[in-house]
Amino acid sequence: MSSGNSTATILTVRGLSAKIAGQQVVEDVSFDVPSTGVTALLGRNGVGKTSTIKGILGLIERRGEVTFFGDGASGNAAGVRLDRQRTHRIVQRGIGYVPEDREVFSKLTVAENLRLAERDANPRRDFVAELFPDLVARPGQLAGTLSGGQQQMLSLARALINTNKLLLVDEPTKGLAPIIVGEVADALAEAAKTVPVLLVEQNLQVVRRLAAGAIVIEGGRVVHTGDANELLEDDDMTRRFLGVHAEAGGQKSADSGATTS
Amino acid sequence: MSTVILLLITGLGLGALYFLIASGLSLIYGLMGVLNFAHGSFLTLGAYIGWEVARVLGADNWAVFIASVLVGAAVGAAFAAATEFFLIRKLYERHIEQVLVTVGLALASVALFDGIWGTDPIYVTGPSWLGGTTEILGASIPNNRFILILASVLVLLGIVAFLKYTRYGLIIRAGVENRSMVTALGIDVRRAFTVVFAIGGAAAGVGGVLASSYYGYVSSGIGGSLLIFAFIVTVIGGLGSLSGAAIAAALVAVLQQFANFYLGGTGDFVVVLLLAVVLLVRPSGLLGSKA
Amino acid sequence: MNGVKVFLSRPLVKWALAGVLVAFLAILPMLAIDIPGVFPGPTYTPGTLQLIAFSMLIASLALSYHLIFGVAGLLSFGHALYFAIGAYGLGIALRHFGLELLPAIILTFVIGLVIAAAVGALSLRVTGISFAMVTLAFAQAGSVLIRKNPGQLTGGDEGLALDTTHVPDMFVGVLQTKNLYWLCLAILVIVFLVSSWFEQSRAGHVVAATRENELRVRVIGIRPYFVKLLTFVIGGVLATIVGMAYLLLQSSATQKLASADFTLTLLVIVVLGGVGYRWGAVIGGVVYTLLDQRLTAFASSDAVSGLPDFLRIPLSQPLFILGTLFILVVLFLPGGLAGIPGRIAGTRSRTNEPRPAPEKNVLEELE
Repeated sequence: MSSGNSTATILTVRGLSAKIAGQQVVEDVSFDVPSTGVTALLGRNGVGKTSTIKGILGLIERRGEVTFFGDGASGNAAGVRLDRQRTHRIVQRGIGYVPEDREVFSKLTVAENLRLAERDANPRRDFVAELFPDLVARPGQLAGTLSGGQQQMLSLARALINTNKLLLVDEPTKGLAPIIVGEVADALAEAAKTVPVLLVEQNLQVVRRLAAGAIVIEGGRVVHTGDANELLEDDDMTRRFLGVHAEAGGQKSADSGATTS
Repeated sequence: MSTVILLLITGLGLGALYFLIASGLSLIYGLMGVLNFAHGSFLTLGAYIGWEVARVLGADNWAVFIASVLVGAAVGAAFAAATEFFLIRKLYERHIEQVLVTVGLALASVALFDGIWGTDPIYVTGPSWLGGTTEILGASIPNNRFILILASVLVLLGIVAFLKYTRYGLIIRAGVENRSMVTALGIDVRRAFTVVFAIGGAAAGVGGVLASSYYGYVSSGIGGSLLIFAFIVTVIGGLGSLSGAAIAAALVAVLQQFANFYLGGTGDFVVVLLLAVVLLVRPSGLLGSKA
Repeated sequence: MNGVKVFLSRPLVKWALAGVLVAFLAILPMLAIDIPGVFPGPTYTPGTLQLIAFSMLIASLALSYHLIFGVAGLLSFGHALYFAIGAYGLGIALRHFGLELLPAIILTFVIGLVIAAAVGALSLRVTGISFAMVTLAFAQAGSVLIRKNPGQLTGGDEGLALDTTHVPDMFVGVLQTKNLYWLCLAILVIVFLVSSWFEQSRAGHVVAATRENELRVRVIGIRPYFVKLLTFVIGGVLATIVGMAYLLLQSSATQKLASADFTLTLLVIVVLGGVGYRWGAVIGGVVYTLLDQRLTAFASSDAVSGLPDFLRIPLSQPLFILGTLFILVVLFLPGGLAGIPGRIAGTRSRTNEPRPAPEKNVLEELE
């Protein structure tokens, strides 16, 4: 089932297509997510990265095969098909989700946001408190009044409070100040020690730091799969796929380079 | 002065009635995007059953009155939960069809009530105190207004406590804000749908028993006629906002009473005008989320 | 014009069939067709003609609502208002202003036009459920006004009887029912033609495209507001015309005409017939009216009164049966009555899409 790769696979996606309001946003996407480390999902703006994530989770109308190998004790036997299941069932199998734009519940307090997210019998409150001391200090504050960075921490904490078998993380550093970007990356690196991560990220420095593998999407299809660092070293490919020079990646996100498309 | 007091308290009593319907409408719309035309029928059924309880127990004392309010609430909740479970759920995310189904249910249920209890109004009596009046600053206030206000305050506090201190309440509050993110946390938000319907139905059932005391009779049309004003209240308060519904209910009803008295019976017009103005100036309502 | 080309490219057969149907309906008062259980008597009798004429008016009204709800996708809860304006406007102009029939009709038409434009202009500033509420509120205001009977104009709860002083003799009295019948048939044909013409027009295409995807219409530089308003006004004015015919046919107007329940009935009819289908609205209107009529007769029949309570009580309430039927249609028959042939013909096309395929190339054409 997995693509001849020697490492084990946690999730396979085959021929995924997805629609939003009748509009085709993902054409035909196939890739594997290895069962360790961070895998980056890259591409210019609007190529369908977020929609791919949402399609996997069933948050938008989708078709295709999505198989999860994290279920059960043996971990890697036959796999479970996710593409027919409803979102909450998919998540309950141990897939954590950190959405684009954080999507914290602004009228709930920090503590309520976290309490709502607690799925496990023994949620990892201490782990989260250690990673995000800033949040623990303000449990009664409404999430809507937090800073962008704090909201992102909260969004991450919601996913990390449960013991997941896979994390889907969508643009966690979007719109954040450079110093906060570092903190978010630290938290992700810490999390990735124990759980595989599929990461959508425009900030190539973060990708370089965290990601082992890279999958590039263009026009709703996968156009490249390989080692993340090899990709970022290759000027030609980064310009072609991401619309930026790898060297400029830190300061300049791929958004601004997308005009050539 | 005494007139002003009378109008004010009577208005608040009517507002309490509006709130008992609007609270459920607003929560249901906020969480599910369903505009529930059958909500008036929940109230009407509560009123009829409340009357049946009083009839069977045969005494016009307080214990019977409270029992009929509680039974009315239970019946309203059961009817509403069944509506969600058997009709609304099948049409998940298809909002227009969901509205249509509630329209059909409203038509069918009112006709059924006519068939069971007849088309003539049934006059109700309660504890004798309810039919009397109390003197406040020179105004003779019908006592049932106080009960209405008290009941709706209790219902408001009950719903607020439920939303604040229970897991379902947490899910409902989060779902009103962003339903798909709730499912993305691994929560089956649909189970909360049945719960909000049941809460809304219970409040409407209480409203039904109290409405029959307010008007002095039960008829198959009482739910429907109150429903239109409850819609207006819900929209003015901001769809999905419980406190918005409470404020708007009081505002609309008091305004209505004053306009009826001082502006030659134009209460309904003033309310419609208020709705038009609010929607044009602030389309999301007084406390609506998307400003 | 492009609209003409599209118009001609439609299957002529359909129009020929429609022509035959209209011709058949036109000679119906000369025939003696008796369908027991559907009509109260043979088709030449005034009672049956009255019933068919009434059902054609309801069908016309449903068509006017179809433009607003089915084509433009605007969930208006105040459509009954424009119908009531037609009936009451004409009634008041004839009785209290002493106008001749034609000036009275023109005056009522203008009033309907102005009010539809004003209410539409205001309420279209909001969308979705808020739009529904504003239209409901205005209709409610109209209904309250009628009941309050200002200046003894509307007759309040008593209703307003038609003053026949200035109505030509050919439209007065039971013996002239067939003239009224032809009038109603003409109204139905006119409303149908206007609806078809509007749907095929450029504005009709734009408003249909707006219903499917408002953003894309905005992107190509058209303000959806104006085409929606145009649709709203055309639908409203057509309802006013039907309301006038209603007054002539029924000889009176009652405050029920402006009620929210009546708009809900229209909604039920359009959905029953099939949202988005012109023929659906017509069939829905006719079927609903006949069902309503016959179920009322059925309800008071011996067959029902002999049943045990748990069957007798629901069956004796026509609205219970209609409401239940409506729920079943919404749940199990998206596409309504007009969608049935399609469902039988193409088992493959069992989609949940309640509307016919939108004009795919409209936007490209506009671009």
